[in-house]
Amino acid sequence: MIISIASGKGGTGKTTVATNLALALGERVELLDCDVEEPNAHLFLKPQIERTERVDTPIPLVDEAKCTFCRKCAEICRFNAIAVVGRQVLVFPELCHSCGGCMAVCPEGAITEIGRELGTVNSGHRGTISFKNGRLRVGEAMSPPLIKKVRAARDPGRITLIDAPPGTSCPVIAAMNGADFILMVTEPTPFGLHDLKLAVEAVKLLGIPCGLVVNRADVGDDKVFAYAREEELPILLTIPFDRRIAEAYSRGETMVEALPEWEPKFLRLFADIEAIIERGAAK
Amino acid sequence: MIREIVIVSGKGGTGKTSLTAAFAALAKNSILCDADVDAADLHLLMQPEVKEQTDFMGGSKAVIDPDLCTGCGTCRTLCRFDAISDRYEVDPIRCEGCGVCVDFCPEQAIAFPVQRCGEWYVSDTRFGPMVHARLGIAEENSGRLVSLIRTETKKRAEERGLDLILTDGPPGIGCPVIAAIGGATALVIVVEPTVSGIHDMERVVDLAAHFKVPGMVIVNKFDLNVKMTETIEKLAVKRNIVVLGRVPFDPVFTHSMVQGQNLFEYGEETPTRQVVRDIWAKIVSSPSMNPLGIVDFKATIQ
Repeated sequence: MIISIASGKGGTGKTTVATNLALALGERVELLDCDVEEPNAHLFLKPQIERTERVDTPIPLVDEAKCTFCRKCAEICRFNAIAVVGRQVLVFPELCHSCGGCMAVCPEGAITEIGRELGTVNSGHRGTISFKNGRLRVGEAMSPPLIKKVRAARDPGRITLIDAPPGTSCPVIAAMNGADFILMVTEPTPFGLHDLKLAVEAVKLLGIPCGLVVNRADVGDDKVFAYAREEELPILLTIPFDRRIAEAYSRGETMVEALPEWEPKFLRLFADIEAIIERGAAK
Repeated sequence: MIREIVIVSGKGGTGKTSLTAAFAALAKNSILCDADVDAADLHLLMQPEVKEQTDFMGGSKAVIDPDLCTGCGTCRTLCRFDAISDRYEVDPIRCEGCGVCVDFCPEQAIAFPVQRCGEWYVSDTRFGPMVHARLGIAEENSGRLVSLIRTETKKRAEERGLDLILTDGPPGIGCPVIAAIGGATALVIVVEPTVSGIHDMERVVDLAAHFKVPGMVIVNKFDLNVKMTETIEKLAVKRNIVVLGRVPFDPVFTHSMVQGQNLFEYGEETPTRQVVRDIWAKIVSSPSMNPLGIVDFKATIQ
């Protein structure tokens, strides 16, 4: 079972929900932090990192001794990542999408591939909870291939929780695609609602069942609740604004540790998600 | 010389847009740009009156014509994005738009239509012109759209003789952020005093250093953790980042947002307003905004 925790708007509490859910469930879960631009789950879960693996994406390497400067590589590349200037081939690694087109089209076999570092995948444990995150290299633009790598070798024996990045574009899709359930974390403010609507549209496109957590539920207005009713999105958990939660968060403490009364609520949240997934499977 | 300030944060939800809107009320002779194209929110506070609307054409996506396809498998072998199913249908969400299948199909059965990925607008607001955009749901090319609207903003600033571009940036450090900060005069980094806020700030500071854009930092909701605020300020000094000030945790930001207003429009005078005015004054007179000590810029700003 894969549950992706997403939001549209940043800073609504995705990581809070993901880490607390992981701690409440314990040994049954693996937590994958797929917000590779700004991974934060480790700051709260505090796992022991046992392995760090560099992740590369292939980019072309041109052997100019074999090259006849026919320009076929430059013509096929839709990303302007390779150009032929006189008797020289220029590769712009940061523009390359690793499609392999230039290598496939080269009639001389002059192109092989080397790696461009995307970042690292770090894996470890917090007690019996399995943990993995991706860290995008500073200066690297393309996060989706790294997100796919974090998701690659999942443990089928465990419940997979994915901490997704904010937004609604390709990195978010990479973190939601193929999940059994999307848990949307929002706040009842105009920004929260606006971005939630966009994120829900993305989820509809993927055809995955979805439910809401409303965080800081007592600030702002009631429009998020009205929207949830209209869209028939179940509100599975509400978390009030509580300065103790905010302050514990600021120190890197989770809710289930700082305020143990929250643990059963997160277990209840999971049971509700499980029931929704089962109902969907029965249909 | 036109200056551009880009407001970023690394971590989402630290208050970029609320502060951008507040600065817009203090800046004179300026133009606004919302570069957070995949979750744009600034328009909710600005209620822009759209004057121009243009389609954003992004990359192309492959479409297989089933009448021409012989099922030879060439496309499936070449596609590195697992975008083509065993029934020879292209998943538009997975398709990267590389066109390799299009070029190699022996039957020329694959079309490659250009996609409309969103739209962008030039608008009027009560705080001057604004350039903003809407990226289609689940679309790629957010970096290209950010670059496009920044270029258009600059063009409008030149045409209208405006001195200052205020750009609301996206969260993170990836593609849209890289597109949002290149060539900016300075970054204003909005940080919250939390372990994640500080972690994410460090990565944005690294990115700013990588692209050689000077940074300044504001600690928002500083009173949630004063010790962490001090840590951030020390770190900023160490990294040669100007510390602009501390904004308290103040529900007035949420209340004004609910009304579609900024800090200076909603309710009564508050101490928070003065804090933000002082920060703005510091930004305007900062060395990175006034290279060579030229202070002509200050005269154009209230």
